[in-house]
Amino acid sequence: MFGKTLMASAAALFLGGAAWAQDQSIIVQSTTSTANSGLYDYLLPIFQDKTGIQVNVVAVGTGQAIKNAQNCDGDVLLVHAKSSEEKFVAAGFGTKRTDLMYNDFVIVGPAGDPAGVGGMNDVQGALAQIADKGALFASRGDDSGTHKKEMALWGDSGFDPAAASGDWYRETGSGMGATLNAGIGMGAYVMTDRATWISFANKQDYAIQVQGDEDMFNQYGVIPVSPEKCPSVKVEAAQAFADWLVSKEGQEAIAAYKVADQQLFFPNAPAN
Amino acid sequence: MSDVGAMTIASAAGAASRPALLPLSVRDLVLRFGNTIVLDGLNLDLGATGCTMIMGFNGSGKTLFLKLLHGLMQPTAGCVSWGGLQPAEVTARQALVFQKPVLLRRSVAANLDFVLRSRGKDRARTGALLDHVGLARKADQPARLLSGGEAQRLALARALATDPEVLLLDEPTASLDPASVLAIEQIVSEARARGTRIIFVTHDMGQARRMADDIVFLHNGRVAEHSAATDFFSEPRSETARHYLNGRIVV
Amino acid sequence: MGNILQGVGDALGLAIQLVLSGDPDLLEIVFLSLRVSLTATAFACLVGLPVGALVAIGRFRGRNGVLIVMNALMGLPPVVVGLLVYLHLSRSGPLGFLGLLYTPAAMIIAQTILIAPIVAALSRQVLEDLHMEYSEQFRSLCLTRLQTIRALLWDARYSLLTVGLAGFGRAVAEVGAVIIVGGNIDHLTRVMTTAIALETSKGDLALALALGLILLIIALGVNAAVQSVRMTAARQAYV
Repeated sequence: MFGKTLMASAAALFLGGAAWAQDQSIIVQSTTSTANSGLYDYLLPIFQDKTGIQVNVVAVGTGQAIKNAQNCDGDVLLVHAKSSEEKFVAAGFGTKRTDLMYNDFVIVGPAGDPAGVGGMNDVQGALAQIADKGALFASRGDDSGTHKKEMALWGDSGFDPAAASGDWYRETGSGMGATLNAGIGMGAYVMTDRATWISFANKQDYAIQVQGDEDMFNQYGVIPVSPEKCPSVKVEAAQAFADWLVSKEGQEAIAAYKVADQQLFFPNAPAN
Repeated sequence: MSDVGAMTIASAAGAASRPALLPLSVRDLVLRFGNTIVLDGLNLDLGATGCTMIMGFNGSGKTLFLKLLHGLMQPTAGCVSWGGLQPAEVTARQALVFQKPVLLRRSVAANLDFVLRSRGKDRARTGALLDHVGLARKADQPARLLSGGEAQRLALARALATDPEVLLLDEPTASLDPASVLAIEQIVSEARARGTRIIFVTHDMGQARRMADDIVFLHNGRVAEHSAATDFFSEPRSETARHYLNGRIVV
Repeated sequence: MGNILQGVGDALGLAIQLVLSGDPDLLEIVFLSLRVSLTATAFACLVGLPVGALVAIGRFRGRNGVLIVMNALMGLPPVVVGLLVYLHLSRSGPLGFLGLLYTPAAMIIAQTILIAPIVAALSRQVLEDLHMEYSEQFRSLCLTRLQTIRALLWDARYSLLTVGLAGFGRAVAEVGAVIIVGGNIDHLTRVMTTAIALETSKGDLALALALGLILLIIALGVNAAVQSVRMTAARQAYV
């Protein structure tokens, strides 16, 4: 009686969910910056109108995105950690890596600029100065693309911030947005990609303090997941999406996306 | 109450073909909780028919004795034998009406429906049973909003719904008003007239005089006296029963 | 600080505006939240109530151990449940062939696992109390175990509604499990809590808070509905 109705309606609701995942849809394992900046909200409707393929984006840190893709839980990988991406392809998980676009990293800090790094364009020097003064610095600490980049820059600066972890060096273990919220809450410097920063809505009195060093260059790549490792991959739809992104049309769409009149991503796929 | 024919109230058919529950034979029954001795080598024999009233001071173990008879508890030692039958069958062929009726959180009729259904009886009897105990007009009301007397009549109807061969009652009329007491007594008397064996715990001497064929008087965990009701009230043989009847405290 | 607190007022205004505008994206998210969590609650009840009832009336060896485990599982961290479900539903996991990861079904599974122990443990308490009252009468009536369980479940149904509500509350409010197995995919698996997490990470605290207020209002509505059912039942002494 009551139980049967409950069971039937529960089953209907449950199965309704599975049917939702239609064939003409792919999953992109993506870094958060591209999703949080609103780029996909702009690009995907254009792509879907053209091809009818629905693109579902799972936005996580680069490290986790790569792991998820290695578990075959995605059709396309779109991240920004070139050496990890190349390893992913070399291990046979991806068919081919293509440069897609770039932007750059910046270090943002409070208006008071306690470490006095405002206006510097030598990122290693700025980091050394922050470490030297023991000014608060909030790090992603989550094995993401941004975190990997930050660790590489610390390495070049000659300081090992891990020794100060929990002191002036604060590892949030969270995504970019959460780390910005935390950093701004405690008055710490934060390294972030420019796209996330421009579209970030909780800036308070923060501003970009360090930018313009070519070591802060941030390259994004796109990789279709290999059907040889992952037979469940929707090869054609995935390839269609990757191809469209690096096509003239896709690249122009990327360039056309602006927040507050600023271009967030600069397409640089090799011309074909 | 009502003049509905006995056949709709009880459907005792089939009982004859089964081995009889009675006579009851209780031998050296001991019930002990830790150092507290409730029953201390109790012996009792009861015949096949009639209404037996169990009396005794508070704490003399009447309620626990009734539960032992019904198979709801296990004795520490000794045995209760209902025609030599298995305990599960004994319980199923009896009904016990508790001092405080435990009613389901449902309507009056649903309380009876539940018992009839779970015991595989004809559910069409609900109406006749409610009529029999004078609750027909309350059929759709929540059982737990009944008055004390009504609740006990519903409990009695529920007991009768199982067509018990033995009806055990544990002070069912304690704290009821006189009219409710008489209503309950009449229902029990009618059941007895149809051949149901009645075993009734009470403190109400008027009730015992009205209903009992014989009286079992418990004291110190044993049967102090087992006599015909008329003898018990005119000439109690035991001293404690005399004190009890005179309203004296016995330590 | 004043700046932050002003945000609460902004959020309230934004929440009202969002609700009044009947924003289709918002409705979709609200609907999915309710669908996922109510379905998970129904499944959790289908599993949890019989288990709770069996433990409530059972007297078996190791019962105390079962009680401890059941009560401990009430505190299962959502993230751990999410991870366990992810590992099973992942394409490279044992149930990957079902293709359920990043679907509402996966979210329902995770939330069911999360709240079934809550339903089992709380219903065990409710049913054991009721059984204390009924057991002697039921034994006198020679009821079978199944008859006993069915009668207890039915008579405790209004109290069990509150148990289900506790499970639903936990499910609809958790983010850790659904964000891992659902992926917070727009128009597919985005629910209230993952949307709140997303807006927070975008720094749009006012919108995040507004969504939180709407979630709170939904929770209030569900609770009020259950409470009114219970009060009606209480007037009839069915509770």
